[in-house]
Amino acid sequence: MTPSPLVEARNVRKHFGAHHVLKGIDLEVRRGEVMCLLGPSGSGKSTFLRCINHLEKVDGGRIHVDGELMGYEEHASRKGRAREMKPKQIAAQRRSIGMVFQRFNLFPHLTALGNITEAPVGVAHHSRADARARGMELLRRVGLTDHAGAYPAHLSGGQQQRVAIARALAMEPKLMLFDEPTSALDPELVGDVLSVMRDLARSGMTMIVVTHEIGFAREVADQVVFMDDGIVVESGAPSRVIDDPRHERTRAFLDSVL
Amino acid sequence: MTATDMTVKSTAGADDVDAVPRSHPGRWITAAALVALCAGWVLSLWNNRNIDHATIADFLFDGRILQGVLLTVGLTACSMLLATTLAVALAVMRLSANPVLRVVSWGYTWFFRGTPLLVQIVFWGYLGLLYEKISLGIPFTSIHFFSANTNTIVTPFVAGLLALGMNEAAYASEIVRAGLLSVDHGQVEAAHSLGMSPTYTLRRIIVPQAMRVIIPPMGNETISMLKNTALLQLIAVPELYTRASWISAQNLSQVELLIVASAWYLVLTSVLSVPQYYLERRYGRGAGRSLPTTPWQQARHTATRIRTRVAQVAHTNPRNARTEADS
Repeated sequence: MTPSPLVEARNVRKHFGAHHVLKGIDLEVRRGEVMCLLGPSGSGKSTFLRCINHLEKVDGGRIHVDGELMGYEEHASRKGRAREMKPKQIAAQRRSIGMVFQRFNLFPHLTALGNITEAPVGVAHHSRADARARGMELLRRVGLTDHAGAYPAHLSGGQQQRVAIARALAMEPKLMLFDEPTSALDPELVGDVLSVMRDLARSGMTMIVVTHEIGFAREVADQVVFMDDGIVVESGAPSRVIDDPRHERTRAFLDSVL
Repeated sequence: MTATDMTVKSTAGADDVDAVPRSHPGRWITAAALVALCAGWVLSLWNNRNIDHATIADFLFDGRILQGVLLTVGLTACSMLLATTLAVALAVMRLSANPVLRVVSWGYTWFFRGTPLLVQIVFWGYLGLLYEKISLGIPFTSIHFFSANTNTIVTPFVAGLLALGMNEAAYASEIVRAGLLSVDHGQVEAAHSLGMSPTYTLRRIIVPQAMRVIIPPMGNETISMLKNTALLQLIAVPELYTRASWISAQNLSQVELLIVASAWYLVLTSVLSVPQYYLERRYGRGAGRSLPTTPWQQARHTATRIRTRVAQVAHTNPRNARTEADS
């Protein structure tokens, strides 16, 4: 028997007003797999990513992470309808999903180490000493041991993004979501962040990455998904989708970015 | 600039020039004129026969005045505490998704900001005329947990406290709201993505960042509040100004006691700016590239600078010492 996928999305739909952002997305991510979402801006890939940890509400369809329906509860008596969960339940579900943002979103009033230990201490109730030890270990993993006491304003964009990755990892997530993690970085800083992500992928972390870094997708991804206009145009191994695209839209997009 | 720089400068050749700062005679003239004006005014007060300096000295530390000072400080602290608590609640209500909470918060601000503080103070002072009894119970039933005569609960002190605190809450809620709105929405998303609950996010992520924006105007409000306590003279709260006016009503030294009261208000407002400075430093962490220096650090820095300057001047020739002094 094949193990169940870690992430399973079925017919996910979403509107922003009259704009139909997601027109029914079906995707599966297996445990330990890296999936890269490619597509032009406005194609709905970031919105879909944010639906996975319920930063965006969906209008219909379901997203299961590790067998749990995200953000909604179904009642046997109300078939076909699911009600949004209470904020506390949603918060509990999000603890096992790490997220890294395009604009880093580090907490500016906390040091690098403070950013990493805030959630483990305040949310997961680990002891301060344990959280600090684990935080230092994570800073070592992202190559920033010397910057534990630095505030985000004193760090470069690349360093901030690596702290943000460490912060997400501190909650020991089973899934990591990356929303264009290198798009706000100066070109010479992109490499450091990508190499941290590459190490993470090698360590067996399940990752969904929205990116424009085609080279990274080709090298690291197990599955590449090309989205356009709210639908999945094609998906498959990187060698298939990137090097031998079947659809005209995929070909046009790849031509424009490569 | 170090002593070696100075010697390099003096070796400038024929095709080179030394840069000398422009002189500013205008600055000197304006400064001198202003100093003369201020000196004249101080002198006119000092030599004024209508002011009895001995009376000022007598009453500056009079027991009744000191009691008034104490009550003024106490009233300021209590009303600011009440105002801040109410303001946070009002600001959170105003930003809430519940339309009833939003409207109630808006209505509160509309009413308390839209009527004069003086009128509100008198209103609270005469609350007994509006409600003879105050009781707590379930509306539209005969169940009462507690009931009492209005004038025994709402003493002049309580009336003053409520008037000042509730009026200030209307202004402070807008300051708090501005502070909360100044925090980037990405912070909320990052906090939520880590599994923080809405309350935890507000308490640990949003409020500490909002404080940076909230504290400077709240310092202003505290100073306003301190001075507004003088309005409570109207409902006979025995604070500083009330006490001063009672004394002057007896001894007819109005001007002297006004000066005594003003001196105390100035001392208190000056003292208040100290905690504000340190609070701003505390919540400014991580905001800029470096924290502002404390006055103590500044003093030490200035002392070091003067010492090196003196050492420099002693080591360089007279010509360069002069250009250095001009700058």
